[in-house]
Amino acid sequence: MANFTDRLKEIFKALSPAKVGEYIQESQIYRSVFRVGVPDSDRKRMLVMLGSVFLHLHPVKVRKSGIRMRYTWCMGGITFFLFLSLTFTGLLLMFYYRPTLEYAYVDIRDLREQVPLGIMREIHRWGAHAMVIAVWLHMYRVFMTGSYKPPREFNWNVGVILLVLTLLLSFTGYLLPWDQLAIWAITVGSNMARATPFAGHEGPGSALMKLGDIAFVNNQSDARFALLGGRFVGEAALLRFYVLHCVGLPLVAGFLMAIHFWRIRRDGGISGPL
Amino acid sequence: MFIKEIINAITAPYFLITAAAILLLVSLKYPDRFYTSKSGGIVFACMFAFLGISMLDPNFRLIVTKPDNVPIVGMLFLVPFFTWFALREAVRNDQRIAEGKPLVEQEETADKVLTWPDLVYTELICMVVLTVVLIGWSMALQAPLEEPANPSSSPNPSKAPWYFLGLQEMLVYFDPWLAGVVFPGLIIVGLMAIPYIDTNPKGNGYFTLRERRWEITTFLFGFLILWILLVILGTFLRGPNWNFFGPYEFWDIHKLEALVNVNLSEYIWVKGLPWLGYNGGLPQNAFLREIFGFIVVLGYFLLIPPFLAKKWFKGFYPTLGPVRFHVMTFLLLAMAALPIKMVLRWLFNLKYIIGIPEYFFNI
Ligand code: HEM
Repeated sequence: MANFTDRLKEIFKALSPAKVGEYIQESQIYRSVFRVGVPDSDRKRMLVMLGSVFLHLHPVKVRKSGIRMRYTWCMGGITFFLFLSLTFTGLLLMFYYRPTLEYAYVDIRDLREQVPLGIMREIHRWGAHAMVIAVWLHMYRVFMTGSYKPPREFNWNVGVILLVLTLLLSFTGYLLPWDQLAIWAITVGSNMARATPFAGHEGPGSALMKLGDIAFVNNQSDARFALLGGRFVGEAALLRFYVLHCVGLPLVAGFLMAIHFWRIRRDGGISGPL
Repeated sequence: MFIKEIINAITAPYFLITAAAILLLVSLKYPDRFYTSKSGGIVFACMFAFLGISMLDPNFRLIVTKPDNVPIVGMLFLVPFFTWFALREAVRNDQRIAEGKPLVEQEETADKVLTWPDLVYTELICMVVLTVVLIGWSMALQAPLEEPANPSSSPNPSKAPWYFLGLQEMLVYFDPWLAGVVFPGLIIVGLMAIPYIDTNPKGNGYFTLRERRWEITTFLFGFLILWILLVILGTFLRGPNWNFFGPYEFWDIHKLEALVNVNLSEYIWVKGLPWLGYNGGLPQNAFLREIFGFIVVLGYFLLIPPFLAKKWFKGFYPTLGPVRFHVMTFLLLAMAALPIKMVLRWLFNLKYIIGIPEYFFNI
């Protein structure tokens, strides 16, 4: 009996959290994943930044003034994090949603009523609103610190395109629930395209776009028609917006973000007085 | 109630926009009085008090608690906060420059720290806080879902998504081809042009106002007044038929606003020229009819830049060179066209400066 309790004590000792941690960290599996181990020395802290694909977006060392919340407001980072959250929740939403007139609305309704713990749509919608605000504030910060000045002119321009893409992502997503709010907001928004100079059938100069009797720009061939795939917001528009929202725009935005981040480093890191 | 009536009256677009613009310009003139910790505290206390007390009003509550409007209420606080914050930092730096001390940022530029842990941990904390906020927000507030789409019954008001309401608000003053196509295009082009137009080497990488007064004033006027304020106006203060409604006003579909807007051509041919003995009314030919409008618009874009180059912007012209200078003045004039048209509308009910509806060419 005494023997048995001794054995138990020994096992418990071996199972103390510190020991277990040590055991895990020395196991071949752990070491194969995290090459450097716990970054407890400066050398390892540097190696960890170089070794991880997620962390290598950052340089190994940064200027202290550049990473202050007071300086960056963390807004670029927040925008990026919101983009990642939106990608993740958007993926989950795609499991449930079919972009057709028959199903779009009921799928969203069922998502609300049938799916347990269903706050994915909420996170996606509020996250999207927040991302628009965050990207505005990020631009605001970059302007106020004069960080668009040389050598960062190009990155500012990449940023402006990202800003436009963020708005377009939000705009295309707005249609997908296919409720009154959605189609009328998109109708109001896309009606503008009707007035495009030369290319919209109610735009100035469109009357000039003709050859003899054949008018090139009418309500079946103008900019709005190209945007919506029809003369009004219907099934073709829903499919177009869905494809752009879920595939086209995120791909382009992701690509440009990679350039944006790369350029931050190439341009000498976060700006600061020199 | 009396106070509510006053607030309803002073939030009318002409008053709100003018007052905000004046406040912004004055505060930039005397930044060290406006952007201090104390004034910030007072302003935000007042804003919170205003929001809290106003929530007691049913009409106010209805519009502010619409799920899609909640983030915009957040923005109503965030944008002024960051404006105050950035300018307070700028004031501090400007004082340091005046005293010959190093900038706030400069004290730490030479220090290089390891990204792990200094930056990685800040980011981690940011992510955790943001995740908690998002989840909390999502549990508290359900995403809206209205009636199924019905192409034959349009709601009144029909509003674009909130971030485009600044553009929709411009539709009050300009036709869709300008408000919906040309101006958004120019905003994008203008933003992209900023780094190439602004040749001032100072103020790169730190907050300052004094070294960049002109750039910051222009940008803040565009961003805060012509964009953010118009979004807020379009969201909270525009109701059925895009009529103006004060924050405590009920959104009455039958509210009528007299529309007596008059074209420039009518002002001149029908009201002005009879004084000189001409009584023929509007000419038949559209281009002759609008000749004065063309003169005004062309004069605005063609005559003002050389004038500026000689007079007010005399200092800029040699440093910028002709290309930069003309791109800059064109963009500035285009931006100024919006407030100018607003004021003309408010004062003279001016509808179009050039109005040729036959060709959809109205300015
Ligand atoms: C999807 C949108 C965007 C993402 C995810 C993003 C992300 C970031 C991040 C993470 C940084 C690092 C510093 C910081 O957090 O402030 C940054 C810097 C920067 N961003 Fe963005 N950004 C976006 C849009 C924009 C826009 C709209 C602009 C300007 C119009 C812009 C211009 C810049 C510039 C110039 C820098 C360098 C700032 C410096 O060195 O101080 N970005 N961006």
